Amino acid sequence: MMKRVYVNEKWCLGCHLCEYYCAFANSGLSDMVLALKGKPIYPRIHVEGDEKISYAVSCRHCEDPICVKSCIAAALSKDNGVIRIDKNKCVGCYTCVLVCPYGALAPGEDGVMQKCELCLQNECGEPACVKGCPNKAIVYEERGEMI
Amino acid sequence: MKKYVIIGNGAAAVNCIEGIRSTDEFGEIVVISEEKHKVYCRPLISYYLEGKTDLSHMGYRGEDFYEKMQCRVLYGRKAVAILPESREVKLDDGTVVAYTDLCLATGSSPFIPPFEGLSSVKKQYTFMTLDDAFGLERGICQSDHVLIIGAGLIGLKCAEGIAGRAASVTLCDLADHVLPGILDAEGAALVQTHLEEHGFHFCLNDSVARFKKNTAYLKSGAVISFDVLVLACGISPNTSLFQDIGGEVGRGIVVDDRMRTSVENIYAAGDCAEGADVSTGRKRVLAMMPNACMQGYTAGVNMAEGNKVFDKALPMNAVGFFGLHVMTAGSYEGELYEEKTEKTMKRLFTEDDLLKGFILIGSDERAGIYTSMIREQTPISSVHFDLLKKTATTAAFPAETRRKKFGGVV
Ligand SMILES: Cc1cc2nc3c(=O)[nH]c(=O)nc-3n(C[C@H](O)[C@H](O)[C@H](O)COP(=O)(O)OP(=O)(O)OC[C@H]3O[C@@H](n4cnc5c(N)ncnc54)[C@H](O)[C@@H]3O)c2cc1C
Ligand code: SF4
Ligand code: SF4
Repeated sequence: MMKRVYVNEKWCLGCHLCEYYCAFANSGLSDMVLALKGKPIYPRIHVEGDEKISYAVSCRHCEDPICVKSCIAAALSKDNGVIRIDKNKCVGCYTCVLVCPYGALAPGEDGVMQKCELCLQNECGEPACVKGCPNKAIVYEERGEMI
Repeated sequence: MKKYVIIGNGAAAVNCIEGIRSTDEFGEIVVISEEKHKVYCRPLISYYLEGKTDLSHMGYRGEDFYEKMQCRVLYGRKAVAILPESREVKLDDGTVVAYTDLCLATGSSPFIPPFEGLSSVKKQYTFMTLDDAFGLERGICQSDHVLIIGAGLIGLKCAEGIAGRAASVTLCDLADHVLPGILDAEGAALVQTHLEEHGFHFCLNDSVARFKKNTAYLKSGAVISFDVLVLACGISPNTSLFQDIGGEVGRGIVVDDRMRTSVENIYAAGDCAEGADVSTGRKRVLAMMPNACMQGYTAGVNMAEGNKVFDKALPMNAVGFFGLHVMTAGSYEGELYEEKTEKTMKRLFTEDDLLKGFILIGSDERAGIYTSMIREQTPISSVHFDLLKKTATTAAFPAETRRKKFGGVV
């Protein structure tokens, strides 16, 4: 069993703050204003929904990840349950976008794919979206396996 | 103890090894690899020529993969016959390798029509292997005019790969539009315009009547002179080993949803195999990476007495040319929903309450949400299709489905 990011639709305000925290955590910069102000952001979590409901979506770290099996460059891999991406291998072919059932991958500023790696690879060390959510709608916990 | 033999060393073979090892730690594994390279990402050979990747990033697995998996690879060896009675495979050097379970992961070969005068062409290449890419890298210079026969995925990817290394690139195809295996005529027209803007020339609905040295005489009467010829006319599955022992072969080696063939203890996976396509229910060769990996892994698990079914195969392709992305899946049958602009196109095909297929050109939508609907055969009546057809979003699913999908059991 491993910890994953889960979102409670009832609590999600649709405020998009998680997207900002995500983009900041992965910017490698220490000043949030410097990292984000006036720039388009490329977060690895995104809020979906309409006027009635909203919820944030990020990689489910699938048990049997179809993205890993499909990647033409072997840029995606499973490392202790975490689905990682090697940005130096990705060629931006969009095959992973074509297969991920959750819409959890999207290209970053440089055209290379990005996805949630649970902030294990950056300074944050644990999901920044969870820490930053003002309404505690996003949690990081063990619940069982994803298909 | 089991003795697994795998013929081929591509993506299907490697996933087969992983499938075996997920179930059997100890059985012996022997891989027969005609190519002298460790497994590499075949689709990256065009990116290599384009300079978008390099050899150090093209490995399909880490340097120590075979060691870790405890398998022996016979590089540069070709299997020439299967001896089903004695359960052995005969190699080109006369040696035999015994198996308890055999996987055919032989991939496909370039199909070369019998063109008149082809042997008079000095610089001719196919585009399937890393060695083909090395050959082209050495064989082309900046002043060369390149003629590519075939405007399908491999021909076009090759064209993109060498565009910066040649003076001009012309593509000729029998079909009346580019990417005939993937796109309909209107979608193809968008892609063709984009490619023409990048300097490619096309001779479609035409074919070569004969070659004479550096000249191609086309059926239409057109005459093209070139320095380098690339033959990308299509691929044919490598099935002959299996055909020779009387196994069931259609276009590819026929497999069931556990990748078993018609012959006991022989499995097949990848480009050489023909399994069921969920979008039509018919058997079909699906020569693409995701399928090779899924089939290979499934074969491996079942060879090792595990139990795995892969019955969700779909034709699907994501391919980009000079920044224009094309994503397609399923079959283009049934009722059409369409959105178009000058540079983009979205087509969804629905029938009997199911999404059957789609074409997305110039889009960065989260297409996997559509693909999974085809794969899972989700009834359209169970989702808000009016919302979904406009945008690929999970918001179109009922809250209950979403809760299950995202694991948010609260
Ligand atoms: C230029 C190019 C671009 C592509 N782009 C894409 C893409 O963008 N997306 C996508 O999904 N797919 C793409 N593909 C297709 C994809 O590469 C194949 O579907 C995939 O590699 C199939 O894997 P496989 O293991 O079945 O076969 P292969 O990778 O072809 O491996 C088969 C191996 O078996 C060996 N072999 C054959 N017969 C014998 C024998 N008798 N003895 C010993 N060895 C033998 C062959 O030498 C070969 O190395 C592309 C292919 C090419 C050529
Ligand atoms: S990117 Fe998509 S398919 Fe891959 S592990 Fe994450 S949710 Fe699963
Ligand atoms: S876009 Fe990158 S990560 Fe996604 S399948 Fe292609 S190479 Fe792999």
